[in-house]
This record gives sequence, structure tokens and C-alpha cells, in this order.
Amino acid sequence: MDFSTSPYLLKEASVQRVMLKVLTALLPGITAYVWFFGPAVLVQIGLATATALAAEAVMLKVRGKPVTMFLADLSAVVTAWLIALTFPPIVPWWLTVAGTLFAIVIAKQLYGGLGQNPFNPAMIAFAVSIVSFPALMSQWPGAGGDFAAQLQVIFGLAPRVDGLTSATPLDALKTALKLGGEHANVAGVLADGTVYGLVAGRGWEWVSLGYLLGGLWLVQQRVITWHIPTAFLAAIAAIAGALWLWQPAAFASPLFHLLAGGAMLGAFFIATDPVTAATTPRGKLIFAAGAGLLTYLIRVFGGYPDGVAFAVLLMNICVPLIDMYTQPPVFGMRGK
Amino acid sequence: MLISLAEIKQISWNGIWKQNSSLVQILGMCPLLAVTTTLMNGVMLSLATLLVMALSNFFVACLRNFIPYEIRIPVFILIAAALVTVVDLGMNAYMHDMYNILGIFIPLIITNCLVLARIEAFAAKNSPLASALDGAMMGVGMVWTLGLLGGLRELIGSGTFLGGIDLVVPGLSPIHLLPEDYPGFLVAILPPGAFIGLGCLVAWKNWIEARAAERENRRPAEPVMAGGCH
Repeated sequence: MDFSTSPYLLKEASVQRVMLKVLTALLPGITAYVWFFGPAVLVQIGLATATALAAEAVMLKVRGKPVTMFLADLSAVVTAWLIALTFPPIVPWWLTVAGTLFAIVIAKQLYGGLGQNPFNPAMIAFAVSIVSFPALMSQWPGAGGDFAAQLQVIFGLAPRVDGLTSATPLDALKTALKLGGEHANVAGVLADGTVYGLVAGRGWEWVSLGYLLGGLWLVQQRVITWHIPTAFLAAIAAIAGALWLWQPAAFASPLFHLLAGGAMLGAFFIATDPVTAATTPRGKLIFAAGAGLLTYLIRVFGGYPDGVAFAVLLMNICVPLIDMYTQPPVFGMRGK
Repeated sequence: MLISLAEIKQISWNGIWKQNSSLVQILGMCPLLAVTTTLMNGVMLSLATLLVMALSNFFVACLRNFIPYEIRIPVFILIAAALVTVVDLGMNAYMHDMYNILGIFIPLIITNCLVLARIEAFAAKNSPLASALDGAMMGVGMVWTLGLLGGLRELIGSGTFLGGIDLVVPGLSPIHLLPEDYPGFLVAILPPGAFIGLGCLVAWKNWIEARAAERENRRPAEPVMAGGCH
């Protein structure tokens, strides 16, 4: 007989349970994504997940580690889902596969597997892909695209035509402001509801709200702490707000920047990666504020459509330094 | 002064594998990372470096007893720089197209730490023949490493093999190993690709060494007759 008496301890959180909760928390965002942009993203999620699990299994086998135990921790699945959600849903299948392979094989397993990788694998996949194939990685579908046509494009059965793609709100705004020169006016550009929706892009704002909802649930479940999302979003809001107050005609509002692009996904799901983010409370604030600031600078002043990936990777490099300088005093000690 | 067969073997083994400049000493990273975008670029720059190293090692070893110890480094560098100039002008004259591609990296051979390292570590203490051989063998190690790295980056990045060979051997043309519509993984051609590729090669060499060491250990040990503590 296997029994025990009180007092009971809470079951300790396993990696698998944490990852399962992260996957669950992504569901509202994915639902909104499918609702507005069609099921193409589900195809990419499937492709990335299959590739990630296969690559992980092969690498674990080669490295002589227990395969089923590490596969069941679902961390590879989380990486795969994040890759599929950050890539445009109509990228060709081989790009999703190649990006996922790079993330799992090089960015994760070659560094020693889960817990050893200094860089966020999903963001490495994004960075490598956008540097290698900038054109493919900037072709996003418009809301309500034709799924059959998208499928053909993903699997290379039909040529990519312009009608299938549209710029993301961030990209469209940047281009419109550049073309408009001196006379460009953010309010005027954003008034076009077919691209920009209510606040930050038709469809995209709801996807972001979905991520926000899932992210808040993660905080409530204590899978992540409040530090990183708050500091990340606050940093974006602060710099966007300051520039917006200074020149409202040239810079979009903080609300636009919080809901456009990958800000919400980055704040709750990417920057919070327990392996690659800072671990001390003060460190998390510094890490996430830096990532938010860089995200804004790259997406507004840089050449890439969004800055989350590069911002998170740049801050990943700083994590050892941040952690070293922000170690909290040992319990019972006062100050230093 | 001649050198023994055992010495030749040891110097060659050192240069080509055991002390490989790129994979073990991790020297000469600047050309390695910058020019290995194709196999031919890597091989040609390595050949130029090989020539410089063999000659500079030889001349320094000849003059080593006349060079005042305190100012040896400037003298070494002057000797090597003169030889780099020779190679630079020679390539400009006879392989002009290749010279244009490699560009600044030919004169920059002088700043390659490997050249000075072999002079200081080997040529300054050994006979001219052994030194020349050391320089050449270090160069051979560089040729195959940079060639391999360049070949891999070229294949992944643009899908070709021996691109640019027509600049060296007129009449030959590069081979397209992958289908014409291969998209080309640009990151392999960019600097990060060089770092990742080098990392993989270093890991590959270490893996081979580790396996060799393991095999050595698995060999049945000599029976120990007397009991002792270990």
C-alpha cells in the first residue's frame, strides 16, 4: 500500500508542467491568429513541431542522453510553436524546417541542451532566417487570406504573388512615413482602418490581446513572474510615449507599439524564457527594460520590420553580467 | 644541416593535424573568418600564407644567430614583411583576378599572428631546413582547414563547389552541386557562418581526438603483477 499522511507538500513544478502551461497560454493568441489570418499558421506549427521533436530526438540520441525523458519535457515543442508564431505563416515549408533545425541542433543541443543555451533558440531561428532570407521573412498575409492559395505557396506548388501578401502594420507605417517625408503624419496614415484596424493593425491587435490574456494567466499561475513582462512593456511604452509626446506627427502612440508586431508575444513568452533571461528580480527588470528599449529602437529606427528577436538576443548576451551585479543579499543579511 | 626522417614526420604531423593553426592554435582568425566564403578563396590565401611562412621561417632560421635578442621582433617582422610584399606583387602580376578578390588580405598576411608565432616559436630556435618545413606544414594545415571551411560555407551559402576556379585555372568552371533554384543560406556566407563553421570543425577534431584517446584506454592494460595503490 502506498499512502501518506499530512502535512502534504505541493507537487513540485516539473519542466513538463511548466511547458504545458506555456503552450496552453499561447492558445488564445493562436485562436485569434487563425480567426483573422486563416489556418496557415497551424500548418507551420505542425511543421515546426515535427521538425523540432525529430531533431531533438536525433541530437539526444547522438549525445547519449535519455531520449523520451527530454522529449516529454515539451521544451522543444514550445520552441517550435514560438518559431511558427514569429515566422510569417506563408514562408515556404523548408524555411520553417531549416529554422527549427538550426534552433534545436545548433542553438540548443550543441550548447548542451535545455538549461545550457545562452540564447533563446526560437529567436536564433528568427534571426538566422531573416538575415538569410529577408524577402521571404517579410511577406505576411493580409487578414482573411485564401487558405488554399497559402497552402500552395507554403509547399512551393504556386509562385509567390504580391496579392497574397501585405506589409505588417509596423512595416507599412515605416514605409508610409519614409515615403511621405516631411508631410507624413502618423495619425493620417493610421486612419486607414483596412490595414491598421482600430489601434495597431487589423487582426494583429486582437492576436496581441490574445497573447496578453495568455500571458496574464501565466503570471497568475506563477509560471512567470511579473518583472519581465512589466519592464519590457513599460520600457516600450516609456520611450514610445516620450517620442510621441514630443512629435506626435512622426511617432506612433505607445498603444500602437504595445499591440503591434511581436511586443506582447515577446513580453510574456520570449523574453521570459527561464533559461536565457536574467534570474534575479532586479536583473529581470534590467534585462527586460533593455530588451524593450532595443525592440523599440530597432523597429522604429532600424531596417528590420520588428526588433523583438534581435533585442532579446542582445540582452541574452548581457545576462551573465546582469546576474552577477544584481545578486540579492543572502537571506538574513542586510545590504552588502 | 640535414634533418632526420623522424623529425620530418613529427613536424609534418604537428603542422597538418596535431598543432593545426586554425583548429588547435586558433591563430590567423582574421583571414579565416573573412575570406573563407568559397573554397578557392580559402585555399589561395592559405597558399600565399604557406609561401610566406616557409620562406620567412627559412630566412629567420638562417639569420637567427646574428639577430640581437632585444630587437628580434622588429627584425622578424621586417623579414616577413619583405616576403609578403614579394607574394603580394607576384599574385598581382600572375593571378590578377584572384588578387582583386582577396584584396587587402594578401598584404595583411603580415599581421597574421601565425607567421610571427612560428618564427618566434620555431624558426628562432631550429635549423633552416626544419624551420622551412615547419612553415610549409603549418601552411598545409591552413590550406586544408580553410579549404574545408570555405567549401562548406560555399556549398551551404550558394550551392556551388570550386566557385572562382576559373580565376586561377582558366578554362575550368565551378560545379553546381545543388539544383539551380537552391535559395542559398546567406548566413553561411556572412561572418556568423564562419564562426559557426569553425566551431563545428574544432568540435569535429576534438571528437576524433577523444575517440582515439578512448580507444587507447580500452586497450587491455598490462597485467599488474605487484599489488599497489592507485
